[in-house]
Amino acid sequence: MAIRARRRIADISAFAFASLATVFGLFWLAWILFTTLQQGAAALGPALFTQMTPPPGASGGLLNAFYGSAVMIGLATLIGTPVGVAAGTYLAENGRYTRLAAIVSFVNDILLSAPSIVIGLFVYEMVVVTLGHFSGLAGALALAMILLPIVTRTTEESLRLVPDQMREAGFALGQPRWRVTSRILYKAAMSAILTGILLGVARIAGETAPLLFTALNNQFWSASLTQPLANVPVVIFQYAMSPYDEWHALAWAGAFVLTAFVLALNLAVRFLARKGRRK
Amino acid sequence: MGQVLRPAAKSGAGADRAFGLVTAAAAWFVLLLLAATAISMAWGGRLAFSTFGWGFITGKDWDVGAGRFGAFVPIYGTLVTSAIALIVAVPVSIGIALFLTDIAPRWTRGPVAIAIELLAAIPSIIYGMWGLFVFAPFMAAHVEPWAIQHLGIIPGIGALFRGPPIGIGMLTAGIVLGIMVIPFIASVAREVFSAVPPALRESAVALGSTRWEILSRVTLPYTRSAIIGAVFLGLGRALGETMAVTFVLGNAHDLSLSLLMPSNSIAAAIANEFTEADTELYRSSLIALGFLLFVVTFIVLTIAKLMLMRINRRLGRTY
Repeated sequence: MAIRARRRIADISAFAFASLATVFGLFWLAWILFTTLQQGAAALGPALFTQMTPPPGASGGLLNAFYGSAVMIGLATLIGTPVGVAAGTYLAENGRYTRLAAIVSFVNDILLSAPSIVIGLFVYEMVVVTLGHFSGLAGALALAMILLPIVTRTTEESLRLVPDQMREAGFALGQPRWRVTSRILYKAAMSAILTGILLGVARIAGETAPLLFTALNNQFWSASLTQPLANVPVVIFQYAMSPYDEWHALAWAGAFVLTAFVLALNLAVRFLARKGRRK
Repeated sequence: MGQVLRPAAKSGAGADRAFGLVTAAAAWFVLLLLAATAISMAWGGRLAFSTFGWGFITGKDWDVGAGRFGAFVPIYGTLVTSAIALIVAVPVSIGIALFLTDIAPRWTRGPVAIAIELLAAIPSIIYGMWGLFVFAPFMAAHVEPWAIQHLGIIPGIGALFRGPPIGIGMLTAGIVLGIMVIPFIASVAREVFSAVPPALRESAVALGSTRWEILSRVTLPYTRSAIIGAVFLGLGRALGETMAVTFVLGNAHDLSLSLLMPSNSIAAAIANEFTEADTELYRSSLIALGFLLFVVTFIVLTIAKLMLMRINRRLGRTY
């Protein structure tokens, strides 16, 4: 009887452990989101989107930072996506079963989790030192380098999910490989690849470390890619670390907008991907 | 018919070769990017390595004015905070994976899994801000006084919990890091848990096993290499995480045993000081730190990947 009772307790405690662990995980999510919402909503206002980042003690907005972030994310996507899709195509199609593909697939996974601060240092060495100054271009390249392995990985995985019959059908019609890939396989894998790209965009939107010494920051409006470029994450970092209340409020507002953007993109992509799969 | 075949015949082999070359070049590019990163870090850090030798790793002095750079404190801080992160994250992640595969009512599994994955989507700078403005004061007001009073008096490990309760320090940073790596470990663990052949678990159930026994004697042994891989994946993330740690670690270059004291980490030191580095040696020392970080995470992530490949082969996957 005692043994039974003990085993019963052991059984229930496993249940309790797993449930508590899940509650523990969700608790932090709720706490962080609540804080961001509460502090951010208080600092929201039309000025946020119409005014520039202010000097200490003055009020202002984040217009130049939003602009700079949008430009760098857009440019990074334009650079990283084609290279990533091509590399993923090699891994899944042209280079399938080759040793190079095996090595690159391995290396790509490491690049995927590589510390983003090191990527920032690398781009600093390569671009900033070469050009002689910080620039929005360097920031975009650093972000592209973070996006690249994400796109490569999802392209590889999506193409692998396309059944071989579709390739064979294409070849049977006398089509060369590049046409089979571009006209048939890309079409079949399109929604999955797009999902990967969008999740990659969500990821680079919040990246701060690689921008610290590539794009740096700019308190003023600048549209030049060869000059230091304001961007939301670095502004949040500098303002949050400062001793000024006005800057703290702006940092929270930026944090709120950034989090809302990233989470909305994540949820939308997941929702669409699931809908696509069901179809 | 002819319409489909004609353009293909016309643009035949040449276009195909070009397409193959472009994709292969992109694949080489990924490879070169990693190699170039390693080489440029080593090259950028050569001045620090040649000036200090092994002393760069073992030296405890980080004296900007005197131009002496020993990286022991940031290395130590990186390792300690990552260790705390794993102590927090590993059991929680396994619990979450167990919950999602075995315990949760079916309709809650999707939403809960997505919510846990969203923890990974939140930008690390948000963790940092929350850590600095909300979590660190909370630790200073509630957790750390308790730890000092109750854990600080234990001989031995008590030394880890001494000092003023200021909230900023290795313990806080480690916990924040732990929260950040939970989704990475949990998602791999969940995936491999659900790949355990049902027959194995059902046999254990039929023998009257408790849920602990199923987890500890069937599921975990069967998925061991993948779980180790997942833990190393989480470790790789924790070691290189920058922004969250920069906010809550305090950027102090003094070595202290107590987890409640401010410290530094490799990534945080680079983030805080790189733009202020005004001498060649200072900048080189920070890049050398980046090189060390890169090498260590490379090794850790390689182990992770090899472990994960092992389970995939076992499950009959080809990649």
